[in-house]
Amino acid sequence: MLWQAFTALLSHWRRHRLQLAMLLLGLALATALWSAVQAINAQARLSYARAAAVIGQDRLSALVRVDGAPIAQDTYIRLRQAGWLVSPVIEGELRFGSGRLRLIGIEPLTLPPQAAQVDVSADDIGLAAFITPPGLLVVAPETAARLAGEATPPLRLSEALPPGVALSDIGIAQRLLAQPGRISRLILAPVQLSGLPPLATIAPELVMRAPATESDLSRLTDSFHLNLTAFGFLAFAVGLFIVHAAIGLAFEQRRPVLRTLRALGLPLRALVALSITELLVLSLLAGVLGVALGYGVAAVLLPDVAASLRGLYGAEVDGQLSLQPSVWALGLALAVAGTLASAASRLWRIATLPLLAPAQPRAWSRMSAQALVLQAAAGTGLLAISALAVIIGHGLVAGFVSLGAMLLGAALLLPLVLSLVLALAGRMGRGVVTQWFWADTRQQLPGLSLALMALLLALAANAGVGAMVGSFRLTFVGWLDQRLASELYVTARSDEESDLMRSWLAARSDAVLPIWSAEEKILGEPVQVYGLRDHVTYRENWPLLAAAPDVWDRLEAGTGILVNEQMARRKHLRLGDELTLSGGRSQTIVGIYSDYGNPKAQAMIGIDLLLALHPDVNRQRFAVRIAPDRAAGLAAQLRDAFALPADNVIDQASVKAFSLRIFERTFAVTAALNVLTLGVAALAIFASLLTLADMRLAQLAPVWAMGLTLRRLALLEVLRSMALASFTMLAAVPVGLALAWLLLAVVNVEAFGWQLPMHVFPLDWLRLGSLSLISAALAAALPALQLVRRQPSALVMVFANER
Amino acid sequence: MNVRWVLLFLLAIAAPALAQGFAGLGTSAEGFAMPQKAHPPVFPGDHGAHPDYRVEWWYLTANLTGEDGRDYGAQWTLFRFALAPGTGESWQTPQLWMGHAAVTTPDQHVSAERLARGGIGQAGVVLTPFSANIDSWRMDSRAGPDSDPMSALDVSAAGAGFAYRLGLTATGPLVLHGDRGYSVKSAQGQASYYYSQPFYAVKGTLTLDGRDIAVTGQAWFDHEWSSQPLGADQSGWDWFSFHFDTGEKLMGFRLRDEGAGFTSGTWIGADGQVEPLPPGALTAEPLEWAEVRGRTVPIRWKLSLPFRGLDITTRALNDAAWMDTQVSYWEGPVRIEGSHPGRGYVEMTGY
Amino acid sequence: MLLELKDVSKTYPTGEGPLRVLSGVSLSLARGACVALTGESGSGKSTLLHLAGGLDRPDAGQILFEGRDIVQLGESDLAAFRRTRIGMVFQQFNLIPSLDVAANLAFQARLAGRHDPDWCSALAERLGLSGLLGRYPEQLSGGQQQRVAIGRALAARPKLILADEPTGNLDEATGDAVLDLMLALQAETGAALLMVTHSLRLAARLGSRVHLSAGRLA
Ligand SMILES: Nc1ncnc2c1ncn2[C@@H]1O[C@H](COP(=O)(O)OP(=O)(O)OP(=O)(O)O)[C@@H](O)[C@H]1O
Ligand SMILES: [Mg+2]
Repeated sequence: MLWQAFTALLSHWRRHRLQLAMLLLGLALATALWSAVQAINAQARLSYARAAAVIGQDRLSALVRVDGAPIAQDTYIRLRQAGWLVSPVIEGELRFGSGRLRLIGIEPLTLPPQAAQVDVSADDIGLAAFITPPGLLVVAPETAARLAGEATPPLRLSEALPPGVALSDIGIAQRLLAQPGRISRLILAPVQLSGLPPLATIAPELVMRAPATESDLSRLTDSFHLNLTAFGFLAFAVGLFIVHAAIGLAFEQRRPVLRTLRALGLPLRALVALSITELLVLSLLAGVLGVALGYGVAAVLLPDVAASLRGLYGAEVDGQLSLQPSVWALGLALAVAGTLASAASRLWRIATLPLLAPAQPRAWSRMSAQALVLQAAAGTGLLAISALAVIIGHGLVAGFVSLGAMLLGAALLLPLVLSLVLALAGRMGRGVVTQWFWADTRQQLPGLSLALMALLLALAANAGVGAMVGSFRLTFVGWLDQRLASELYVTARSDEESDLMRSWLAARSDAVLPIWSAEEKILGEPVQVYGLRDHVTYRENWPLLAAAPDVWDRLEAGTGILVNEQMARRKHLRLGDELTLSGGRSQTIVGIYSDYGNPKAQAMIGIDLLLALHPDVNRQRFAVRIAPDRAAGLAAQLRDAFALPADNVIDQASVKAFSLRIFERTFAVTAALNVLTLGVAALAIFASLLTLADMRLAQLAPVWAMGLTLRRLALLEVLRSMALASFTMLAAVPVGLALAWLLLAVVNVEAFGWQLPMHVFPLDWLRLGSLSLISAALAAALPALQLVRRQPSALVMVFANER
Repeated sequence: MNVRWVLLFLLAIAAPALAQGFAGLGTSAEGFAMPQKAHPPVFPGDHGAHPDYRVEWWYLTANLTGEDGRDYGAQWTLFRFALAPGTGESWQTPQLWMGHAAVTTPDQHVSAERLARGGIGQAGVVLTPFSANIDSWRMDSRAGPDSDPMSALDVSAAGAGFAYRLGLTATGPLVLHGDRGYSVKSAQGQASYYYSQPFYAVKGTLTLDGRDIAVTGQAWFDHEWSSQPLGADQSGWDWFSFHFDTGEKLMGFRLRDEGAGFTSGTWIGADGQVEPLPPGALTAEPLEWAEVRGRTVPIRWKLSLPFRGLDITTRALNDAAWMDTQVSYWEGPVRIEGSHPGRGYVEMTGY
Repeated sequence: MLLELKDVSKTYPTGEGPLRVLSGVSLSLARGACVALTGESGSGKSTLLHLAGGLDRPDAGQILFEGRDIVQLGESDLAAFRRTRIGMVFQQFNLIPSLDVAANLAFQARLAGRHDPDWCSALAERLGLSGLLGRYPEQLSGGQQQRVAIGRALAARPKLILADEPTGNLDEATGDAVLDLMLALQAETGAALLMVTHSLRLAARLGSRVHLSAGRLA
């Protein structure tokens, strides 16, 4: 009985294969985009966790200097001889060709076992080779691939290391980093002897740093991943519109079957259970398909994501996608939950279906004016919430709440707005066909409104994100011009070489500007502090957002400090505020500068002050001012004179190109997701039109009978779809603008710490508009073609059939 | 002393080409120096480190009696391993150091281990004034300028749950083993430089679980260095250092192999008179075995040296004197019964 | 003759092979004539009506309307033929749901380019729809809907009204009233009427009757 009833229910799908395909495809696509984002995020998180776990940073405490400066090796010996079980680590950035490497030097004999990720005594490494020159670099396989051909010590592979990290002996690392006798931190063995002499008496400059429970990377990149997740959800929501439409239609078409089944004695509860079972089967099927598809999408997108994370945050993400059970589970759960949610109202109607209801005309696509108004009211309410979230709320979550409420509210408002517009158009239309066209379009609205809402979301997201990225690009390019004012950027191989080079350059260039920095702890957080030499370069070009009148003089005098926008926003700093540097020195904020592309806090002081605070600052990097036409020649001379590798002297154009490349890749993912979302929306329209096509026949047949050719009707059908799409596009413009504003003025500020001026790109919208018109036309084309191909006998059935 | 487990250690953490044989005249294939019979140790210079030799150790074992009347044992050892002969600058120095320390009571055996790189000052041996250390573990001479640096030592170490500070004063001369310090370790002729100071009177303090115990007793110091691995078929090593109540001392070892093994040793008179034992003169047989940390080791031995009328058995103060270090072995104090009662230390490796 | 069917045959392809519905039907209808078409359910009445109205094409035979064979007409000429010559009334009314009563009434006439507002309002008056012009089909009763359908069919002043069980969905009293109206208007406009009905009682009210059985007219 149950089985029979179930097959009766399922037989519907055999007769409506296209409908089934649409349902599955919609659900699969929605799940796919969401899973893709999840897979990417999971992969990134895995990489961060691996990075955090490098030499046990997530589990073991360490001793570091209060001021963040390197620790002298003697201090290490003193601590060991006092009985402290500590192990020295040096960490630094190493440049090989165009790549960067985070080099971690360990001391394998004292390293606590909890911190030993790599077994140095393994056959393929060996302690002797590891610690004696030239030493070994242990790296992840993909890092090895990236380093292939570079002049590094011999490489050994270990899967345990995150990409971009190289492990070596501390002695080897000190030499590679040109920091002999220096130690970045001392790892504390978890168990120490009792009765040790206190730290204050042996090394008062050191403090204990607790294990990093959450890695810096995952905190920094949080906003980026939140962004991705938001897009994933948007795509999922758009996909659910398709599902909702397909399920609704199937229900309506099966209403007689359902009634008959009940009349034949199937209990109501069994019927509901069967319906739910059917939905579960379908959604699981689509879910599996979707997650698999999602991995495909993720695999395609991951390299870009990895590149932008590397460029933006210096975060290394494994380019190899690993299958994560959590992504599968979540993807499937979401598919099932989404399906059940979209089907809830239909299930409810099954449960309350009157057994002996009179045969009704198919009314499901008809929506009462009252319902329209109610929905619009809900939409208005959401818009109000969105506005409130911006005004009252703060933080990234409030930003996304506002964003979500705004999009959903606008989508809910759309049917009413379109209905009004179409009514107006109908009133203005002259000919009988025109009038009928608008009237009929308006009547189609409820059946298409879900798909149109999906389209609105996709278009608005495209327009908004497009405006955001475009604004960002314009601002960023302008800012790069200001910021990268020097003609050459030089990295010496040692402080001594740098000193030599600078005196060599003194007579050959207009100016040599140091790019020296040290880490300071300001307001409890590590801040990279740069020393500025007073020069016209800065006075004329530096991108100051706010500045005291005598900013450069006060900086030069050593009393002022500049902070970047992100730091000012995060710490609520304003001009005139005082900041305390190491040694208790107090500095007045005399300027705030924009610092795009850098998520971290940064500050600038006079070079003399920096040298006074940190006499042993790394002096390897500096910039050179020279007439632009002489820059290339000077670079060549410099390379020759010091036998400098090409990469150590970079000209302005290369730095800019590099920065822009990072920028472009950062938003490549967003763009890709956007296009995919638009694709899903187009599919939603297609699915809706296709499923409506059957129903349309009954509405079109009388018109045809009264003397309109099928060809004309088909053309009108295509035009109708395009009209709806273009109205939706028009509606999407203000929504897109609002979205762009929210992204630029709210989300960006929270996520990255910088605010950007908004620019508008009407050409983009034109392109987007034509894109949506084309997709609407294409979506309508197949049903229209079917209509033209109809046999008259099929049409007259409409009149002959009893219903 | 056992060379084999030292080599195991090297194998475990360094794995240099161990299998390389000998290159005959005084140096190994890797450029390590070899002990020469013709060049006996010279003091005080040879108390220090010999970085051109592959392995070396300064080894102290003490049989102690507490103020509470109980027996105790203490061990302090500093090992040196060279990945390559010679020294280098800072971290590039191919010398590795390892410290072992232990305290044994009738019901407890606690041990600790320290590892360090040479060249950076974390561990090493300095000659004038003599001082050996790894981390906070120290062995410092307090002998006057005219006497042998080893004639008076302060030794200290600390590990989880234990610490000790011992003052050592020699009551007899240094003892050279084998042929004036040239000690043969196998029938194939592998040899090391080996001397001892077995005549220490000890006074000091043990700290166990925060409780101080004043102790007195006897101690035995060994210093040995070599470059040669054991023969391929030698599987382990039993080593004995005995203080007899008569004031006489015995150092003996048995290298186990597939055959009868190789035994040798030194009989030391109460006055420090040395009598090297020819191979095979000393016999040592396990009498009783026990399970310690999953291994079966002899805990009672029967030793005899017929021409001295020696016929003794040993009984471990604590059967579970297992050194829980990277390369683990049994090392603990024993009581001696039979013809020559006394106390001593036994080390057993390769079980 | 207004309409002449000569030896018309129609076969539908079905799952169980071709189904011959009409096999050599011949029928003539004079101008202003009023003929009832009866027959058992499934006998092919609707099929015949659709063929006559240019909604479908026969497999064989001729359908002459005012002497012109409409079977030979192309798609757009056939559409024009439907627009201008034929008024259809269906059992399920088949109004255009998106248009109000006034627009539905005028729809075909405007399509045909023959919209006469006076005639339309007169029709509305006669059909008792004057108060309902602003309503939408779903807001009308069955009888009201069918009256709109009749008005729509007559608004373009067709030569021939084809009605397929116009009262089939109505109760008897309403059906009779609607039929009365239709017959009266048909008489006034001088259009011919071919009406399919089950009911002999209704058939009797028309001038003549033909019966369809086994694919042939009796
Ligand atoms: N498009 C079609 N395809 C296949 N068979 C059809 C089609 N239209 C009608 N038929 C079949 O042709 C036969 C005649 O149908 P038609 O609708 O003309 O009958 P009818 O006389 O109008 O019946 P009723 O009185 O029930 O309306 C029926 O058996 C019907 O099943
Ligand atoms: Mg019929």
